[in-house]
Amino acid sequence: MSTPKEPLGPTPAQDPLEPVEPQSAADDEIGTTATGQPARTPGFGETYLREVLSSSWLLTLLAIVLAVLLGGVLIIATDPAVQEAAGYLFARPSSFFTAAWEAASQAYLALFQGAIYDSQAATFTRAIRPITETLTIATPLILAGLSVGLAFRAGLFNIGGQGQVILGAVLATWIGFGLDLPPVVHLVLALIGGAVGGAFWAAIAGVLKARTGAHEVIVTIMLNNVAAYLVLWVVTTQIFAGGTSGTSKPVGENARLPALLPEPFRLHLGFVLALVLAAVVWWLMERSTLGFKLRAVGSNARAARTAGISVGAMTVLAMAIAGGLAGLAGASQVLGTEGYLTASVAGTIGFDAITVALLGRSKPLGTVLAGLLFGALAAGGRLMQTRTGTPLDLVLVLQSFIVLFIAAPPLVRTIWRLPKPGARREKPSPTSTTPVTAGADA
Amino acid sequence: MSATATVTGTTAPTRAVVPSEIRRTGYLLIGIAALAALLAVLVPSGDSRIRISTSADALQIPIFAVPGKVTAIVLTLVVVGLAAYGFRLTQRGTRVPVWVVATAGALAFVVLLLLLSAGKDQVVPITGLLAGTLLLGTPLVFGALSGVVCERVGIVNIAIEGQLLAGAFAAAVVASMAGNAYVGLIAAPVAGLAVGALLAFFSIRYQVNQIIVGVVLNVLVVGITSFLFSTVLSDNPNLNSRLGLPVLPIPLLSEIPVVGPVLFRQNLLVYLMFAIVIALQILIFRSRWGLRLRSVGEHPKAADTVGIDVNRTRWRNTLLGGAIAGLGGAFFTVASGLAFGKDMTAGNGFIALAAMILGRWSPKGAVVAALMFGLSKQLGQFIQQLQAPIPPQFLLMLPYVVTILAVAGFAGRVRAPAAEGVPYEK
Amino acid sequence: MRLELRGITKRFGTFTANDGIDMVVEPGEIHAILGENGAGKSTLMNTLYGLYEPDAGQIVIDGEPVVFSGPGDAMRAGIGMVHQHFMLVPVFTVAENVVLGQEPVGKGLIDLRRARQIVRETSEMLGFAIDPDAKIEDLPVGVQQRVEIVKALSRNAKLLILDEPTAVLTPQETDELIEIMRRLAAAGTSILFITHKLREIRAVSDSITIIRLGKVVGSATPSATESELASLMVGRSVSLGVAKEPAQPREDVLEVRNLVVRDTHGVPVVNDVSFTVASGEILAVAGVQGNGQTELTEAILGIQKPASGSVVLRGESLEGKGVRERLDSGLAYVPEDRSTDGVVGEFSIVENLVLDRIGAAPVSRGGALDMRFLRRNADELVKEFDVRTTSVDRAVGTLSGGNQQKVVLARELSRPLSLLVASQPTRGVDVGSIEFLHDRIVSERDKGAAVVIVSTELDEVLALGDRIAVMCGGELVGIVPGGESRDVLGLMMTGIGPEEARQRAAEHHTLLGEADLEAEAEAGAVLDAPAADAVDAPATESSTTRSATTTSAGEENR
Repeated sequence: MSTPKEPLGPTPAQDPLEPVEPQSAADDEIGTTATGQPARTPGFGETYLREVLSSSWLLTLLAIVLAVLLGGVLIIATDPAVQEAAGYLFARPSSFFTAAWEAASQAYLALFQGAIYDSQAATFTRAIRPITETLTIATPLILAGLSVGLAFRAGLFNIGGQGQVILGAVLATWIGFGLDLPPVVHLVLALIGGAVGGAFWAAIAGVLKARTGAHEVIVTIMLNNVAAYLVLWVVTTQIFAGGTSGTSKPVGENARLPALLPEPFRLHLGFVLALVLAAVVWWLMERSTLGFKLRAVGSNARAARTAGISVGAMTVLAMAIAGGLAGLAGASQVLGTEGYLTASVAGTIGFDAITVALLGRSKPLGTVLAGLLFGALAAGGRLMQTRTGTPLDLVLVLQSFIVLFIAAPPLVRTIWRLPKPGARREKPSPTSTTPVTAGADA
Repeated sequence: MSATATVTGTTAPTRAVVPSEIRRTGYLLIGIAALAALLAVLVPSGDSRIRISTSADALQIPIFAVPGKVTAIVLTLVVVGLAAYGFRLTQRGTRVPVWVVATAGALAFVVLLLLLSAGKDQVVPITGLLAGTLLLGTPLVFGALSGVVCERVGIVNIAIEGQLLAGAFAAAVVASMAGNAYVGLIAAPVAGLAVGALLAFFSIRYQVNQIIVGVVLNVLVVGITSFLFSTVLSDNPNLNSRLGLPVLPIPLLSEIPVVGPVLFRQNLLVYLMFAIVIALQILIFRSRWGLRLRSVGEHPKAADTVGIDVNRTRWRNTLLGGAIAGLGGAFFTVASGLAFGKDMTAGNGFIALAAMILGRWSPKGAVVAALMFGLSKQLGQFIQQLQAPIPPQFLLMLPYVVTILAVAGFAGRVRAPAAEGVPYEK
Repeated sequence: MRLELRGITKRFGTFTANDGIDMVVEPGEIHAILGENGAGKSTLMNTLYGLYEPDAGQIVIDGEPVVFSGPGDAMRAGIGMVHQHFMLVPVFTVAENVVLGQEPVGKGLIDLRRARQIVRETSEMLGFAIDPDAKIEDLPVGVQQRVEIVKALSRNAKLLILDEPTAVLTPQETDELIEIMRRLAAAGTSILFITHKLREIRAVSDSITIIRLGKVVGSATPSATESELASLMVGRSVSLGVAKEPAQPREDVLEVRNLVVRDTHGVPVVNDVSFTVASGEILAVAGVQGNGQTELTEAILGIQKPASGSVVLRGESLEGKGVRERLDSGLAYVPEDRSTDGVVGEFSIVENLVLDRIGAAPVSRGGALDMRFLRRNADELVKEFDVRTTSVDRAVGTLSGGNQQKVVLARELSRPLSLLVASQPTRGVDVGSIEFLHDRIVSERDKGAAVVIVSTELDEVLALGDRIAVMCGGELVGIVPGGESRDVLGLMMTGIGPEEARQRAAEHHTLLGEADLEAEAEAGAVLDAPAADAVDAPATESSTTRSATTTSAGEENR
């Protein structure tokens, strides 16, 4: 958990351990170690279109397919009908395979229907409801995923999304029912409250890291637990307690995030907010001075310090911004989706956000797409559970398999028998080695 | 140093100035003493009723009452004495023994207990509380030891939580299938080892960031065990029955007041824990295995150059660590006489991780820290029954807040194995 | 042991680090391998030590071909190695390090008594004493190196590889090491000695193999002249000194007054250091690594907080000022370790070239980066500093050491500066870049900057310094004029004041000091000849004895 104090091997300049290309003739210089590789030309001008076409996206797709296959094995292995058919596997092998195919395909069909479009639904409204549910569930995942991704790129591992979501939700709720303000103003204030709540909670870890060196992973894990008990207490207090036990007073109408679609759809403005913030985060990290400093600290804190960038200040700022984003995820839940606070407001958003950020390679666009995917899995999982009896927990399995495969590209390549990456890929997998590099392959 | 006088270069640091880490321990002790004094002042008049014997004891000591205020003051004086002794040590630059800090902290806790129980009818069952501490501390000790083994060899094990959960699941299911709780103690380490194997596979073979692998493995284990719980186990309830390990009192030793019931009237898992702690403490620092383990975690290339296979050493010990945590997972099911439940380890793995860090990567320290967490949990639960004026949630938060303060404060800059988390490549 | 390498070839991807290396080390011979940084010396040694498997070729020991699948095999075959970066576990004791991997065991635990005995016996045999229970991290580097030698010999090494062993030693310590090497060789141990320092190679070795770009380009005996060896090593004639005019110091720019810096234990690592540097002069700070030079420069930059004393830049105290403000007030800083402190490896050249100018115009405007400026700036600097790269968007981490250092220097010199502080400006840099970097530093001096160069390489100190300050144990031993003799500087590096050092040096020359005197005597005869040669001509024909066996012709003509 500490950064390596000394390089464990010779640096490439002294002794090229990495497989490298020879220098081009024009580049030749006596005594210069050959480390030349074809240029990574896009750099700043890199467009997302290019990224979509590059091989890492293919790997992502293959990783998802692998996870789905493994999930299918799990479904088949635990399906009673399949187990029965397995009893006479050798007598009637076809019935086993039919049963297996039935079990897996039905579950995944239900998953798809629950996530995108339910062709079995009675009304059109019900048929298209799943896709709006996907977007609704994806909203906090995207926001919290942006939080984790931003922290990653600043060299920090924010496992504290859970606590930050809770604090954001608590503060947003309090402003939401405690004040009586005109429309827009009230909403904006409640959102700011949510961001401040999350930022405050995360900044604790940032300050402790900057001042004492306490590792943010441990501190944020502990803060998650503290926040979990805190919200349990908050909903029982005089100020918060609403009509039903375990829930707070409802948030005022003026503080609610307006619905994007009429009843019975739940999709609200929070989704648009998440997309806008993804764009803002992109600008912040790629184009702003602050983002440059955050990335520099994340990539090489010592060099950043030598260059006059305050590492401590950047650590605190990175955590605070990340916490603010996670806090907005909480605010979006209480101001948009739920309308009131419960102790379980955070669900597993904070932890899911880690997998979202990893899958999205800590980039805003990737995070949005990963958030949508996991939102779809969660939404579809619910229908899958009611329709085919396949437990929602399958989604957790899929999520973790996807991220594990994403993190180990050589494994995916081996399984699919893909050729080794040529000189095109000049860097190791973005999720390997350090959380720092997890975000920094821009 | 009898090094030759002609060699110069860096002058070896003179130890005249006290390292900040030791100084901080001194301030911590003063803080504990001040806290104890404050609490002692607040203790209301009236008696605290104390019970020492358990119903199973041969020698029964009747419940007795102590005057809360007076006892609190006496104990506070002891704490102050300990703090003064410790502080004097730090002024001389000597490291304070762990027991001084631990005893001072524990006594401060007792003062808090007196503060809350004085003048109330509720009996304070001292032995029961201590036994509960050990019990709640058991999975933490196993988890922390797993962390010690893995991190000493250079692999960050965030997957302790998943290993505990996998162990709990396997213990319950296999014990149910066999109809014998002891079989669960064999299955649990195997399941933990499997999770350890995944951790090793991704972090050694594919050099994936170890924190990431750990976090994701935790999710994976929750997902798989919950999935199986909702499918196979709910279809076949007989696969998840409530089996308990019997208590095996050790003759004579178990009859010692207080100590006997706490340490020697336990089940096999707890005795195994004692054995593993002692074995690891000796072997890690004194054996060939331990020396090689630590060399790989500190300076893998140095180990490689003397012919130690770094990655094989890491593989083996990550598996060992996984197995230890898996065994600890058995606590939640067969050792507690419970059936498996979804996500039943409830964050114990993360606390174990904190215990390992507070214990400075040594088995001994990890046990002390794990038991401290056990104690504060136990007291939190007990104080809840006392209808104290503090919301119970705040007491339950206490261990986590203590961890944050400890990680940030006196143990903030302890040295982790140097090559921890860094994949090794020739 | 007689060691023979036959056609050893090692490739990394498409890059060939070793290309058909042939050589023979006779029993009891001190055999030097000479080559530049990146020539493939370390790769060859790591192959010989079983850390790499060769792609082609054979290792033959006493007539028997052997195959090593790991260092364990190499050790069993009698090969021991002292790595440039010591392979010692810092938190272990000497005895633990020495027995690691071959631990004596009794009753299931390590037999520490036996381990201590091994340390004592082996070190006595070598003529020194080491406390077996001392922790490695508490020992000076010189002693650590001896622990490494003890470690290798306690494993019955019949061939000892020493990789750049003198990099961390004073000339006097080097003498002691040479004494140990000779003692071992006399006892029949073969020694492979790797270095890029010409002077010590001639002082100690029995025979010399020269490697360039992964190939053996020749062999020589110690009687070869330095310039012959140098041109073989580099592949063209090189000027061994820096051509610079005498300094013309003007007003004082930097003043360090009674500076004290303490480490985390409160031990002073810079102790009461005072000096001034004037505009238009180079002060070179010499000393063995770890004697407070790092902390001194870091205190000037402001990342180390001094316990007392002050740093004054152009009459203004820097006290209380952060790194940012110091850089803004005209300080340019080249850190000792460029890859950890100088550049962000994952960042592009474009980004690294503005790393310490971020946040102010023209780099940033209104909180945003001026992308057009960044690119123009990079294009200009890459051209001016001759950074060899295919694109300015390339990650700096993929550049060679010399090119990385050019990026750092280009960035630092692209700001208006009055003081340049550069630590180890040419460490790990190839000879071609060294010349370039030295020239740039001298030209900054001539433009009026005050320059502080910190270097552990006496060659560099002597080449650049107009005045030379020597540090030892955090204290400034003294400041002497540039061109002071190597022996005097070496003695000063052990803490002996300048007067006494001069006295003692006159009484007793070190081997390297003597080599210096010889070289001076030779200089008049040889130096002007190669300078006239064409750059690519292999200037080897005139060299003595076996250097005629050069194999570089084909390579040169490609």
